[in-house]
Amino acid sequence: MYTFINTVLIGITSGAIYSLMAIALVLVWRSTRVVNFAQAGQALLSTYVGYACIQQFNSFWLALIVSMLAGALIGAFIDAVLMRTLFRRVSHGPIAGVAPIIATLGLLGLIRAGLGLFVGNQDVIIRPPVSNVGYTVAGHTLAFSPLKLVIVSTSIILMIALSILFAKTNLGLSLRAAAFSPEIARLAGVRVDRIRTLGWAIAGAAGAAAGMLQTPNGNGSFSPDSLDFSLLLVFGFIAAVIGGLESLIGAVLGALLLGLVLAFVLTYISGSLVFITAFVLLILVLLIRPQGIIGAKRGRRA
Amino acid sequence: MTSPSALLAVEKLSVDFGGLHALRDVYLDLYSQEVVGVIGPNGAGKSTLFNALCGIVTPNEGTLTLNGVGHSWPRTHELAKLGVARTLQGVGLFPDLTVVENVMLGAQKFSNSGFISAIFGRSKDESKLHGRAMLALERVYATGLAHRRADSLSYPDTKRVSIARALVSEPKILMLDEPAGGLGAEDIAWMNGLIHNLKLQCSVLLVEHHMDVVMSVCDRLYVLNFGEVISSGTAEKVRRDPAVIAAYLGADVQ
Repeated sequence: MYTFINTVLIGITSGAIYSLMAIALVLVWRSTRVVNFAQAGQALLSTYVGYACIQQFNSFWLALIVSMLAGALIGAFIDAVLMRTLFRRVSHGPIAGVAPIIATLGLLGLIRAGLGLFVGNQDVIIRPPVSNVGYTVAGHTLAFSPLKLVIVSTSIILMIALSILFAKTNLGLSLRAAAFSPEIARLAGVRVDRIRTLGWAIAGAAGAAAGMLQTPNGNGSFSPDSLDFSLLLVFGFIAAVIGGLESLIGAVLGALLLGLVLAFVLTYISGSLVFITAFVLLILVLLIRPQGIIGAKRGRRA
Repeated sequence: MTSPSALLAVEKLSVDFGGLHALRDVYLDLYSQEVVGVIGPNGAGKSTLFNALCGIVTPNEGTLTLNGVGHSWPRTHELAKLGVARTLQGVGLFPDLTVVENVMLGAQKFSNSGFISAIFGRSKDESKLHGRAMLALERVYATGLAHRRADSLSYPDTKRVSIARALVSEPKILMLDEPAGGLGAEDIAWMNGLIHNLKLQCSVLLVEHHMDVVMSVCDRLYVLNFGEVISSGTAEKVRRDPAVIAAYLGADVQ
């Protein structure tokens, strides 16, 4: 019984982290139709900014905010400088659709190599801001610690903030309109280019939060070639696809499902099957329900 | 041809699509509180003309004058600020937004909250835009639809809402792309009345296939055929123009 509860708790915690990454990927996909492989690099870079901030001011919370701001700036910069130029230069022909995606792959390599060059490839450590010792209930130690509570609640707060932004504000309205049909949004007077950059910025902030929360949830150490950040991208992407790639709620549900399934495989079957399971799940979803578990009924028209 | 008092004047507009002349030497004037129709057989270039005016298609040549001042061909998102609003043939409402949200989107030029204030806390912006949207809906008698999702509306209602979304930016020039297209007789009569009323607030430029609508609401007409203006003037004059009759094979116009 306790094993079961622990497995669920582990699944929810990692699902919360994946969901932030999945949201980042969905936001970029919806606003610019780009599968952003660089998101892992952006998260890594932002987490380094967070790490530097901890070194300086010794506050995880300040570092979380600073790294999210840095993530937003990095995201906005990539869109405004690289993507916009790329869309203008390669707007026609067979390469038009893939060029930006390949560019993000290149950018991922560039960020990792650049970081290695400037900060070195040794591991650095972000310590958990609160205890990572599990709560004890009736003599049993749960796989749920104050740290995991912090991770889950931070993710929930960010998701609530995002959903308010999207559902209640004029800005959110513009973001949704620009994502659905840039042409019609432009006719209505929406500055679609700016709104897209903002989408990249919000995605950058969400990815940064994922990086900052993931690191202390693992063993705390990371480096420019951390496998953890590659896995974050892969799992975030799988979660986004499960959720239909278009929907933020879908991304969160996909992430929770993925987190839970992987936790159960890890606990009840074998750790060596985790990776295979994730990809089998991805392929199954694509084969059986390519529009995702709650996939959008309609794509965008333009 | 261009008079300084024209609200909008187009001269020598040419648009090529890879060697194909979609528009050639097209001219068009629109005066204050005037309803002007652009008609012509399918493929005559009516939509291209609208798209060129809206920055969706880039002209190869041509000059544009707004309020007597020469202006570069506008980019799409600038139109609202220039006092131009357009409805789309395919209506173009966002299906998963409510009616009032759809209309609010048209009021972007009145939004003054920056990114930061929009993210941190709700500004007064939303309630202001909401108020404007409700007024625009009132003008097309659609306030009752405000909180329905756009994809739950009947076709005639989507037409009304898309006009409200154009009106909410308080345009001086309203471009209507086939406002009567796909409507039944009753709704067409209603649309006729609406366009007549709109004339009191702005000038209307419209593309339309229903000849009875065109003849009853338009003060002046331009007839396009193969990308060129073959006739222009009052409905009466255009109706009798042999070139127009030939273009339409004498069918609808007579």
